[in-house]
Amino acid sequence: MSVAAGQQEPSFRIDMLWTDERYRSLFIQVIAMMAIMLGFAWLVNNAIQNLSDLGKDFDFGFLWQPANYDINQRLIEYTSRDTNARAAVVGILNTLLIAAMGCIAATLLGVIAGVLRLSKNWIVAQLMRVYVEGFRNVPLLIWILLIMAVVNESLPSPRAFRGEDGIEAGAIVLTNRGFYVPAPILDNFGAYIVLVVAALSLIGVFLLRRWSTAYQAKTGELLPPMSNTATIGVASLAGAAGGFILGLLLFGLIATQFSISAPAIFWPAMLASALMGVLVARWAATSLLSGLMIIILVVPTVLVFVVLGSPISLEYPELRGFNFRGGVWMRDSLIALWIALSLYTGAFIAEIVRAGILSVSHGQTEASFALGLRPNRTMNLVILPQALRVIVPPLISQYLNLTKNSSLAIAVGYMDATGTLGGITLNQTGREMECILLLMAFYLTVSLTISSVMNYYNTRVKLVER
Amino acid sequence: MSGTDARTVAYVATTQYPEQPAPPSTTGVLGWLRENLFSSVTNAILTLLSIAFLVFLLPGFFEWAVFQSVWNASSLTECRQIIQVAHGEGADGACWAVINERFNQLMYGFYPIDKYWRPNVALIILIAAMIPVLFRSMRPLAYAMGVILAGKALFAVYAVATGAPIAIFSSPTTYVAAALLVAALVVGGPARKNRWLILTFTYPFIAYFLLWGGIFLDSVPSTQFGGFLLTMVIGVTGISFSLPIGILLALGRQSKLPVLQIMCVTFIEFIRGVPLITLLFVASVLLNYLLPPGTEFDLILRVLIMVTLFASAYMAEVIRGGLAALPKGQYEAADTLGLTYWQGMRLIVLPQALKISIPGIVNTFIGLFKDTTLVAIIALFDPVGLFNPIRADSDWNGIIWELYGFVALVFFICCWGMSQYSQFLERRLRASDRR
Repeated sequence: MSVAAGQQEPSFRIDMLWTDERYRSLFIQVIAMMAIMLGFAWLVNNAIQNLSDLGKDFDFGFLWQPANYDINQRLIEYTSRDTNARAAVVGILNTLLIAAMGCIAATLLGVIAGVLRLSKNWIVAQLMRVYVEGFRNVPLLIWILLIMAVVNESLPSPRAFRGEDGIEAGAIVLTNRGFYVPAPILDNFGAYIVLVVAALSLIGVFLLRRWSTAYQAKTGELLPPMSNTATIGVASLAGAAGGFILGLLLFGLIATQFSISAPAIFWPAMLASALMGVLVARWAATSLLSGLMIIILVVPTVLVFVVLGSPISLEYPELRGFNFRGGVWMRDSLIALWIALSLYTGAFIAEIVRAGILSVSHGQTEASFALGLRPNRTMNLVILPQALRVIVPPLISQYLNLTKNSSLAIAVGYMDATGTLGGITLNQTGREMECILLLMAFYLTVSLTISSVMNYYNTRVKLVER
Repeated sequence: MSGTDARTVAYVATTQYPEQPAPPSTTGVLGWLRENLFSSVTNAILTLLSIAFLVFLLPGFFEWAVFQSVWNASSLTECRQIIQVAHGEGADGACWAVINERFNQLMYGFYPIDKYWRPNVALIILIAAMIPVLFRSMRPLAYAMGVILAGKALFAVYAVATGAPIAIFSSPTTYVAAALLVAALVVGGPARKNRWLILTFTYPFIAYFLLWGGIFLDSVPSTQFGGFLLTMVIGVTGISFSLPIGILLALGRQSKLPVLQIMCVTFIEFIRGVPLITLLFVASVLLNYLLPPGTEFDLILRVLIMVTLFASAYMAEVIRGGLAALPKGQYEAADTLGLTYWQGMRLIVLPQALKISIPGIVNTFIGLFKDTTLVAIIALFDPVGLFNPIRADSDWNGIIWELYGFVALVFFICCWGMSQYSQFLERRLRASDRR
């Protein structure tokens, strides 16, 4: 039937493109697409025009040519005859190194400061507030430059350690050229065995924890407190030994910090280390789980170490001529960057931790006390699991920020990816476009990897709502 | 059985006991000390350690920064001599003279000295342009201008007393401040507040005209911009343009149009995935390649564009959080009322979403303001970029804390002020929620 066909199909008018719901969205999208593509075409066209005017081409071949410059801080072998690509890899590894060091230190600082900001102790809370506000409100670049200047100008030069009346150098030497720390020598087979045993112990502790959690979930029972005198004894001994070694490392560092000579610091350091040993031993003796963990962590490694005749020794920095040789040399730029990044990001993490703990309502704590849980179990079993859900996502984005901020290394001459690929290689080869594109691609890869890990975590810990 | 009489109950109080005061150990100063400083052994140790730390640090700091400091000297060596003479051998004091001597450079960079009034006037008008946005009435403008004029008058009195010319008082800054003071008092009522927004919207043009010059004023090339003037130019531009662009990007990311959505997501994730410094490299070396051959394009303008784009991407994510936190009913309500998309966004969704995201927005502003220091790396002379030239001067070679500390303090005051304002705003908006 052909009944009023003209009326059934309203004719298409051009203004329906932006007035009619049916066509509008498509129309807008097509316009946007065209605008974007035209814009891109214009930019690319300009770039081609400009490059050809300058007699340049777009070619990554320069990556395989010799770099012709030295990099003083490196994790892998590199000489100035190596390629630009290898220089870039050295830089990328340096970025990852400073990022990892910074993340660890910033987390430690941030968690401590965040918890202390919530302390009932007024003066401690205020001190932490000053730290957090001070670092959050001043640009990171100023902190990096300030710490670099302080390291360079207020620490003694290696020369000051020379001669009879020079400063006595400890195991860790702080100079204006950077810090020298003892390096472990791992040149024999026994050393690797010790390392493998230590790694296995760590895995063992991890498995034990998992097993005890599963055991508790299945039977509803915790591992019993320790009853066997022998076990308590071994756990305490192991704890004391571990704590003592940890204490020696820690207080040895403090001692060298103030350039106190060895005999003056010996007894205080011993005393402090012994105290630390007692504290760890006490903790180890509280339950079977903590005791077992300490035993597994300390005993096999120490046994293997002793049986193999101490295969790992330390190489200490020694003054030769005008500089220190031996040990690990952490350059002034690395130190400045590390301290500044950790303190700065630590202040942000402190606020995240504080907000996370405050986000758990007080009723949770009260309910947990009412159930008869002691304060530390309340913290571990009730508050932390809930607070972590709030803390972890912004924490990871802070790690991401720290990684991106480490590109400020270029201000103090630390050779990270920005310093090699975006700095010297760029200036020497004149390949601005290629270098910056590669640099952006590197940072994008890191960022997208970390954010996908974060998304995975978020979906895992998401509250399941009914 | 009556139960509770004197024979079956061992003890019954027959009189009301008078109210007893709380034990002295829980009230007053002592109670506060017990509660907040010595509530347990650990706390007491922490308190003592903190006090020891402060005692170790503070007296020395004040001695250095205040009591043994020098304000007038022409070099670091002279500073040290003055301190040694006044406070004995080995005394250490701050040499604030470097700030005194380089103050103009730190504030204005290499801006011509006879034209300093132009950035000053631009700053005063900036205050006037911001106040209708930040506050409910124009009264704070009157206060601010009053403080500025009073300060200038004090300087003038000081100048008269010391016999110096009082030129400082008869400057364009004074006239503009006085005019704004009168305007704020006469036409500053709440009813007329929205008209002041005209000033806000025309401010970019006013500032551009004042700073760069052009029609009536001598033009100043932006290579002469520096110091906190440069920080303010980049910071204020970035802050004022990143908010609207960020809102558009956030709406685009939420949009139902896939092409728009993908474009916005790509842009946001790309910008957020790379450090600002690489974008500044793009501004300094790459942007010339992407523009038509022969385009001369001011470096500061290129930096402004990049910084604004960078902040916009972060802003978009903050606002997206606010949009997502809004209950779906609000969107549906806007549709039900028959509002168009833009009406619904403007009247219903955005006012609420922006209110939720105030802390994040202000944090982005603070981050942007701090990030302006990165331009020092591409050889612009913002205060951080001036560190090296000043320290390379043989007069001031070796100065650290005074210079860095001063610049850090100015940044601290600005950023801390912003975060305090955001808390004030949150309280104000929460109060309007309660009704």
